Amino acid sequence: MPGIDMQMIAYRQRAGGHPQCAAAPRIDGRSAMTTIVESLQLALRLILAVDAELLHIVGLSLRVSLSACAIGALIGLLAGAWLAVARFPGHAILVWLVNTLLALPSVVVGLVVYLLLSRSGPLGSWGILFTPKAMVVAQSILVVPLIAALTRRLVLDGLRDGGDQLRSMGAGPLTTALLMLLHERLGAVTILLTAFGRAVSEVGAVMVVGGNILGVTRVMTTAIALETAKGDLPLALALGIVLLGVVGLVNLLIGWLQPRGAVVREVWA
Amino acid sequence: MTPAPTSPQLLIDLHEVSVRFGATLALDRVNLALRRGERLALVGANGSGKSTLLRLLHGLVDSTGLRETHRLEPEQRAPVAAMLFQRPFLISLSVRWNVLLGLWLRGVPRAQREARCREALRRVGLEGQAARPARELSGGQQQRLALARAWALQPDILLLDEPTASLDPSAKREVEALIAEVGRDGPTMVMATHNLGQAKQLATRVVYLEGGRLVVDLPVERFFNESLPHEAAQFLKGELPWA
Amino acid sequence: MGLSNRHPFVIRRRAWLAGLGLGAMLCLGAARAQERFIVMASTTSTEQSGLFVHLLPAFKQASGIDVRVVAVGTGQALDMGRRGDADVVFVHDTVAEEKFVAEGFALKRQPVMYNDFVLVGPTSDPAQARGSDIAGALKRLAATGAAFVSRGDKSGTHAAELRLWKAAGIDLSAARPAGYKECGCGMGPALNMGSSIDGYVLTDRGTWLSFKNRGSLAILVEGDRTLFNQYGVMVVNPARHPHVKQALAQQFADWVVSPAGQAAIAAYKIGGEQLFFPNAAR
Repeated sequence: MPGIDMQMIAYRQRAGGHPQCAAAPRIDGRSAMTTIVESLQLALRLILAVDAELLHIVGLSLRVSLSACAIGALIGLLAGAWLAVARFPGHAILVWLVNTLLALPSVVVGLVVYLLLSRSGPLGSWGILFTPKAMVVAQSILVVPLIAALTRRLVLDGLRDGGDQLRSMGAGPLTTALLMLLHERLGAVTILLTAFGRAVSEVGAVMVVGGNILGVTRVMTTAIALETAKGDLPLALALGIVLLGVVGLVNLLIGWLQPRGAVVREVWA
Repeated sequence: MTPAPTSPQLLIDLHEVSVRFGATLALDRVNLALRRGERLALVGANGSGKSTLLRLLHGLVDSTGLRETHRLEPEQRAPVAAMLFQRPFLISLSVRWNVLLGLWLRGVPRAQREARCREALRRVGLEGQAARPARELSGGQQQRLALARAWALQPDILLLDEPTASLDPSAKREVEALIAEVGRDGPTMVMATHNLGQAKQLATRVVYLEGGRLVVDLPVERFFNESLPHEAAQFLKGELPWA
Repeated sequence: MGLSNRHPFVIRRRAWLAGLGLGAMLCLGAARAQERFIVMASTTSTEQSGLFVHLLPAFKQASGIDVRVVAVGTGQALDMGRRGDADVVFVHDTVAEEKFVAEGFALKRQPVMYNDFVLVGPTSDPAQARGSDIAGALKRLAATGAAFVSRGDKSGTHAAELRLWKAAGIDLSAARPAGYKECGCGMGPALNMGSSIDGYVLTDRGTWLSFKNRGSLAILVEGDRTLFNQYGVMVVNPARHPHVKQALAQQFADWVVSPAGQAAIAAYKIGGEQLFFPNAAR
């Protein structure tokens, strides 16, 4: 049969699809609905077949984005708490900068990190370009402003309620900010979840610094981009559904960690 | 200033002190001497400057004028002050951790913290609740926890900013009783209240504030029995039905 | 509330478990560090044709070397070589490759294989392009102003396309044909666009054979000699970039022009059709 990709048949066969169906000629002008339904079925088959390549891609996506969020949390939470209480000339500019960097396009971050890590660049001797490490670096840079800006807001709001009293108990400014962060830790978890969502769904940065190398730096988003470029829209959508499912699982896990049944009584009128 | 009958040692001395927040003058040239062992009640309408005066005594606000703190005799150290607020801010941890936090922030040595915490909770009747999340306590219990947190520091000066204003009647009674009991231990107390009954019961000296100015400063017996300046008398009359 | 009484302990234990799991996952990722590998800059069309999935495992088996392919446009691939971010460059733009060697970024260029370009377009063929004469087809395209999607991305395909227009006597810088659209994108997205607007696209056969979203497009022009697309392999010059893994990269270049490598290339077929024709010996 002309025009059939042997790879695609193999992929779908591994995923349990019927080879004849996979080889059927495509109907022109098929509706978006048909594509979406086909993608849902394909997504299910991919998950059930536990395809080794898919597992590796999913695992790498999680590893890179979780690492980036861990680093981002360390830097961003502290920076955000500090920004909430720091008072020095130029402090307002720093806050403006962090808020502006919130909207940094991921591909811009990717380009900057690429130029830094390139062999012809200042950090070329590290030799981490086109490896997962470079992807972690890029995504960390992406999420730090996000975490810092949201943490600053969280701490500021908390300080309105209790900053005075903490100060009267003898806490210095930074201690007050960190205690407020501890106090609002559920809010902090939500911030980290937001950062994770941003990291795991971005494609610009990891594509540029990772190179989408099969088996080494291919993650879910770059795989989706590749399949879209190849014109295999159902597979691209299916991978997208799998990505959503993975993020959903992470959220479930976070929910399992939260204390249930905590009753905060509104005792004050 | 009329010295309290018990002990005349001067702790904090305010001379012509003013506090300004932006355009508002919260305290206007206040003169006040706080002596050891006194139980001072600050009364006045809302916005008269009671809270600001308390914060000033605690050292939380900037001011113009002269504010002197004197060393304690015979202990030879600066007085330790702790403050109670109308709505206590309790961190989202257990009851026990809230007290320990207060101790840690004030630099109490690690070895003493656990014991002081337990003693403080026992004193306010919350030792059974030590492991509960602080935010799950009732209003009265939360204020008692705040009191334990302050008391654990073994303060020389206890500042209270309308501690029962937000409580329901039964909680109010239990906290008032506790404050009275703590007062008998001997710390110097300054309490802002709009409840004149509390002032009558707990204080040795009453100060009336109006518009940031200190208008009347008398021992408690004289405050409620003598004829007062016109505004103060109006204030008393207005508040009396609720005392 | 029983749960809240013991909640600090429960949370701590669960958090430990989660932390351990996370740590394990992160460590597993780091395990692969010490294998022998080289980085190869190549083009998206070559990768999308599926050649590498077929070819590189054979090389790994023969040599134990992993080839990590970063697939970008030809221009970008050569720039990667210039920056020293790749050990070997494998593209299909002879003119640009010779310039690369002349600039000293590679010591030599070895021809490897060729594939061919085809002109795809709507089966209704408004420009009457069908046949095996690309120059004539392009002339008729320009005349009728039919929609044509160009990659416009400095790629080997784009360079070939520009040469074909020139050979057909059409000066794009002077007067663009009415339906000419530049997307600045890869082969796949260009075909996607062509499929959506029923336009003509010049594409390499490999990408076309793997392409899923054809719409009403079909091959209209093929077999013209000028549509042949030559591939060359170059090892980046260690004199310019000392860190380049020259020995390993040269092993790859030598293998791909050797009888074994050439046979592997010829063996790659899609739907029974051979895509790449080895010609290293010439």
